[in-house]
Amino acid sequence: MRKSRKDLINKIFTHLLLMAISFVVLMPILLAISVSFQPRNQIFSYPPSLIPNRFYFGNYINAWNLVNMDRLLLNSLLASGIVMIGKLALGVLSGYAFSHFEFKYKKTLFFAILFTLMLPMQVRVVPLFEFVSNLGLANTYSGLVLPFLASATTTFLMRQHFLTIPKSLMESAQLDGCGPFRFLFQILIPLSGPTLAGLATVNFLVMWNAYLWPLIILNSDEMKVAQQGVKMLFTSASERDWGLIMAGTIMVVIPTLVVFLLAQKFFVKGIATQGLKE
Amino acid sequence: MKEQDYDSHFSVPYLLILPSMIILTLFLYWPTIQSVILSLYRTAPFGSRRIYSGFDNYINLFTDPVYRASLVRSAVFVLITIFGGLAVSLVLSVLVNQKLKGIKIYRTIFFIPYAISPTVAGSLWVFLLNPVAGHINYFLDLLFNVQVPWLTNGFFAFIAIIIATIWKNMGFNIIFFLAGLQSIPDSVYESARIDGANAFQIFRKITVPLLSPTTFYLIIMNIIFTIFQSFGIVDIMTQGGPADATNIVIYKLYRDMFVNFRPGLAAAQSVILLILVLIVTFFHFKYGSRGVHYQ
Repeated sequence: MRKSRKDLINKIFTHLLLMAISFVVLMPILLAISVSFQPRNQIFSYPPSLIPNRFYFGNYINAWNLVNMDRLLLNSLLASGIVMIGKLALGVLSGYAFSHFEFKYKKTLFFAILFTLMLPMQVRVVPLFEFVSNLGLANTYSGLVLPFLASATTTFLMRQHFLTIPKSLMESAQLDGCGPFRFLFQILIPLSGPTLAGLATVNFLVMWNAYLWPLIILNSDEMKVAQQGVKMLFTSASERDWGLIMAGTIMVVIPTLVVFLLAQKFFVKGIATQGLKE
Repeated sequence: MKEQDYDSHFSVPYLLILPSMIILTLFLYWPTIQSVILSLYRTAPFGSRRIYSGFDNYINLFTDPVYRASLVRSAVFVLITIFGGLAVSLVLSVLVNQKLKGIKIYRTIFFIPYAISPTVAGSLWVFLLNPVAGHINYFLDLLFNVQVPWLTNGFFAFIAIIIATIWKNMGFNIIFFLAGLQSIPDSVYESARIDGANAFQIFRKITVPLLSPTTFYLIIMNIIFTIFQSFGIVDIMTQGGPADATNIVIYKLYRDMFVNFRPGLAAAQSVILLILVLIVTFFHFKYGSRGVHYQ
């Protein structure tokens, strides 16, 4: 009896501690949400308030109009969607080659793909910018997404996953006259749901959150992406209009949070097996 | 039906790899090689003509006190961020590695900042730290009667980007620490408890040493992230200022290329970063499995 009571007190204490820490961790987001609903005079009142007096939507409307948020979000959505699908498609194909085939230079080619993990954007950004510009793709969707379409991580993780599917399956498929492409599309891919979902989530977020490359390659307002919108809020809002800046920031982060919370399980799995990020 | 052997489709694997290889060659390998070449050239003033200049760009960089200061600053930034970040993450991981109802909710909350972009993280922290309407200064004033000039004083601006970076990357560390903690068998803890060890002793003598492979991996990964991922945070929070106090290598590179238009000099900085990544990776493979505990 006494032990279980001590246990209970322990549990309550742990919960309280974890709740307090959770509050601190989430504080930057929670306060941003709170401020985004406050009118200017409440934001600059002293002491600063934690909760809006009433829900004021003006900041959201102003932020939306100031930086053409509809266009920024649409561009980001398109770019992230294309990158997500492209990386998965290319990664499934190359992963399959390394998991189910024996061929000359297999090890060398596999190493060549993995080695690209060591080439982050910053070690190639200057010539990449010149190259993509010379192709005439500066300030286009193609120029924005092409450098992100293939990835070592997706190839590697698809290979790892395909290797877990029993070899006997392939043997019996071969005996039934099922060709390599039919085997991939009708047997391997349907068995890969969770892995594909995890990689899709991670790849979507990587592109949604990308900043340096869009900043360099996109220069017209109608091509810019949501992350650039955050910077635009700071440069074009009148002297530190925090309500507006936080409202805009919240709009940019909502898709991130939605995707993360919907696919959290897959996301964590995707990260846990991922090495370097782009 | 003719029996098929996939090995007889000898061209199939090459076809499967081809699309990935084209993208990686054109957009990753080729520009990296170009970085190396470009770093040996300088651009003539007022012209697009490039003149071979040997190692001049590198010599200029290493004799430039601004670049040397930037290297040192980046090293300090990386060290403090990693040390602070791993310490905080480890404590939080131990806390959420308990059998408790609703523990998954806390874990999710701790992961959330990691999904957020550097620019958004920067924006959130600029607000929190601003002296007029920000809440952090209000509470510091209330509790300790101090007003910290977060983003206008060089030292505090440096601390500010460290805080934002630690906050943003914590989730990644927690994911790996949790995986590491869960691979330590309960029996180890039980026998320690039977021997009369207290919670702190268990943490120091069992948890920390048994986690050393994870910690080593995380240090390597964190070095790379902290260098490369901090660009968005710095660009939103400080733009390298005030007076270069947060001008870390990655930001200087960007400015030399896209503000000062000196591609050769910027490419040389890229090559220096590449060498750094290669060294770190080399250590990862060479010492990755040494000095670690196995069951």
